[in-house]
Amino acid sequence: MPDLSTNTGGIQSPNPFWLASAPPANSGRQIQRAFEAGWGGAVWKTLGVPIQNVSSRFAGHTIRGVQAAGFTNIELITDRPLETNLREIAETKRLFPKNPIIVSLMVETEAEWREIIKKSIDAGADGLELNFGCPHGMCERGMGSAVGQEPAVNERITGWAVKYSTVPVLVKLTPNVGNIVPHGLAARRGGAHGVSLINTIKSIIGVDIDRFIPLPRVGNLSTNGGYCGAAVKPIALHMVAALAREKEFGLPISGIGGISNWRDAVEFILLGSSTVQVATEVMLRGYNIVEDMTDGLQEYMRTHGFDRIDQMVGKAIPAYSEWGHLDMNYETVAKIDADKCIGCQLCVAACHDGAHQCIHPQQDTRVPHVDESECVGCNLCQIVCPVPECIIMTPVDNGHSPASWNEFANEGKPLRPKKGAH
Amino acid sequence: MNSHLPANRAETAFEDFKLPLLRDAAMVEANRCLFCSDAPCINACPTHIDIPQFIRKISTDNVHGSAKTIFESNILGMSCARVCPVEVLCVGACVYNEMEQPPIAIGKLQRYATDIAFAEGWKFFEAGTDTGKRVALIGSGPASLAAAHELRRLGHACTIFERKNTIGGLNASGVAPYKMKAERALQEADWVLSIGGIDVRTGVTVGEQVSLASLEQDFDAVFVGAGLGADSSLGIPGEDLAGVHGAVAWIEAMKLGTIDLSKVRHAVVIGGGNTAVDASRELRGLGVPSVTMVYRGVKDNMSGYAHEWSAAFSKGATAEWQAVVTACTGAGQVQHVQCVRVDTDKNPVVGTEFTLPADLVLMAIGQAKLGRVLEAMPGIRVDHGRIMVDEHGYTGRPGWYAGGDCTNGGKEVVNAAAEGKIAAHAIDAAVMGDMGDMGDMGNMRDKGTAARKIDRTGGTSHA
Repeated sequence: MPDLSTNTGGIQSPNPFWLASAPPANSGRQIQRAFEAGWGGAVWKTLGVPIQNVSSRFAGHTIRGVQAAGFTNIELITDRPLETNLREIAETKRLFPKNPIIVSLMVETEAEWREIIKKSIDAGADGLELNFGCPHGMCERGMGSAVGQEPAVNERITGWAVKYSTVPVLVKLTPNVGNIVPHGLAARRGGAHGVSLINTIKSIIGVDIDRFIPLPRVGNLSTNGGYCGAAVKPIALHMVAALAREKEFGLPISGIGGISNWRDAVEFILLGSSTVQVATEVMLRGYNIVEDMTDGLQEYMRTHGFDRIDQMVGKAIPAYSEWGHLDMNYETVAKIDADKCIGCQLCVAACHDGAHQCIHPQQDTRVPHVDESECVGCNLCQIVCPVPECIIMTPVDNGHSPASWNEFANEGKPLRPKKGAH
Repeated sequence: MNSHLPANRAETAFEDFKLPLLRDAAMVEANRCLFCSDAPCINACPTHIDIPQFIRKISTDNVHGSAKTIFESNILGMSCARVCPVEVLCVGACVYNEMEQPPIAIGKLQRYATDIAFAEGWKFFEAGTDTGKRVALIGSGPASLAAAHELRRLGHACTIFERKNTIGGLNASGVAPYKMKAERALQEADWVLSIGGIDVRTGVTVGEQVSLASLEQDFDAVFVGAGLGADSSLGIPGEDLAGVHGAVAWIEAMKLGTIDLSKVRHAVVIGGGNTAVDASRELRGLGVPSVTMVYRGVKDNMSGYAHEWSAAFSKGATAEWQAVVTACTGAGQVQHVQCVRVDTDKNPVVGTEFTLPADLVLMAIGQAKLGRVLEAMPGIRVDHGRIMVDEHGYTGRPGWYAGGDCTNGGKEVVNAAAEGKIAAHAIDAAVMGDMGDMGDMGNMRDKGTAARKIDRTGGTSHA
């Protein structure tokens, strides 16, 4: 049986699945129920000076009938008294000593950081997560993403935390920056033991088109919120990978952003995460999703020959490269399996209207014909095809040796003739 | 128009067989639709409704646009949503059938959009600029209603002659009540007529109160949408006994009036078409304990739809296959039917005679064709009572067009709606002197339907 235990910056966890700092990790009783359900760890909802929240706070982005494929919130950090949270942290640690509790923190002055770090560690925190990411409300008070967007401030505050902490410190990074790398490096310079990313993306999730008010609506006003949920996964994967492949970085990563199932988790791990954090999918479906996450991951590891998580971490990073290194002479064409084809011709519409006009309807059959001499191998037909494995992108032996654009530009290696560029 | 329907009509005993979709269910179903290119469902619909487009509009909560897409192709889209045999039309063509997944519930989605359109009182169409041309329409069923509506959009004045006192044709008097009740058909007829400029004369029989010659004189064109005539009879002994009826007449009585089935224990329905199947299921639904359909062929060869027979069977109707009724017997009131088995050539097999108890017998073996009325008109061809028309509904006699059951021998409401609309465009071309299109089927079909088709048959992007 593969071993799911992980170590992120010195924080040991029985499995890589953590609750992210969010409503599912708001209170002791919740986190205890999550641990009972099988979650490995939890990042306690951010402690600081308790705030007051608005109503409403959440909104979903429905995509083709899939409710909350994207999600937003305008909740702030914890609204509960600090003493209550600390008491429940201690109680939860007593009940679940093997499950790490990482306490998320967000305060302003060095003195405040020192005090709240001490209290958190005294309560039993196994690690700290510095919330430099919240893109709404707190940043307007000079905290959250206001810190995460300034590498110098990030480095200074990280330095305070590391100085006062006796447990590992993770810095949670905001995606609301042009390039994530300088921010990860700032956390490293500050002495962080690891980073968590991404926090939510500054966004307006929708507009009430009858009232002319953005969403979520608070009376007659709204504000920008933090976008999250399944729809943000590609952005998060890129940012995680950008740090993981950065040679000067080298810190452990706790991946966050649209993770809804074990497959998503595997992708984050393969791109460099040693743990993954989940909030939105728990908010939408509850703690019990972790059962499928753990046994799905375990079965994946078993069938792919992995005994431990660390064997998987970053496994796909070597294959993440620049466009200039891609092999221009690698060629595929679409092949349609006539036995599987149901004749919907979505591929015809997609190819004609959205790609390179090489898939044609036929007179005597609903199965379209691919003009392989024109097919550029773009994949669009395969993406729209509703039948699994009906359209296969098939490599073509075109007789050309591999050649990247850089090799063509710098060394004059020959490229195959262009297709579909009439 | 429907104020004279009695409230305690027999058909009111039935509930809808297929329940309407609520919004959430409609959204889920609409989002399943693949939005096929050159979708097979469109081609399977006689009126060529742009089905993927109307379903996509449901998925975006654009119900108004959805209903407009439906009615643009088929003004009777509300009733067709309920009465169409979608299993053998659009739904039967859905590509999901090819991948062993449930096909899209197109009929239910169409009902969703069109029911909302009716509930909201939306109107989508206006009469065209008055052309000064006048068209007479014989009959007020689906074919004539569809033709008249399209003619009004084209600006021609219309007069409908209906021999009965109720308009709507079989859509009002013949549709199985678990699919649609008469008042809904009449409501739809009123909605169609609300485009204005359609003069409806009920209780007027063409050929009696109004002569064919006068129609030809007073109007620029005539559309014959007269439907079918009385139930055919078998010509067997005992047909005149009390309790022996034509099935279509009995269904009309059940839908538009009251009937007394309290003393009926055993009903026998003769025939194997959809009228026989409907009548069997309706009799069971109205509480008749024993209902037996007697059909001369084997089950697989019945003209009634298999899915309809399974529904009737599941409601308790039974059948005697490969049997014919040779006589009805009884003293004044029918009490039994005498039957005999037949072979595959439908010849009686000696020694296989049997008797069924029957205090109600319905003959569902077809209806008289009305075409003979027109046989006297030179240029109009009538074959076994069916009026022969070309693909535009043109009879061959200038000014005379026809569609619906009187030309196709008895098909679906949607066929009548399509044929009426196509004929309307042929009439328009003729009365406006634009005869150039007459020979061009494709052209007429495009005019008669709204389904927009993007031509993706072209070549590549070759320079």
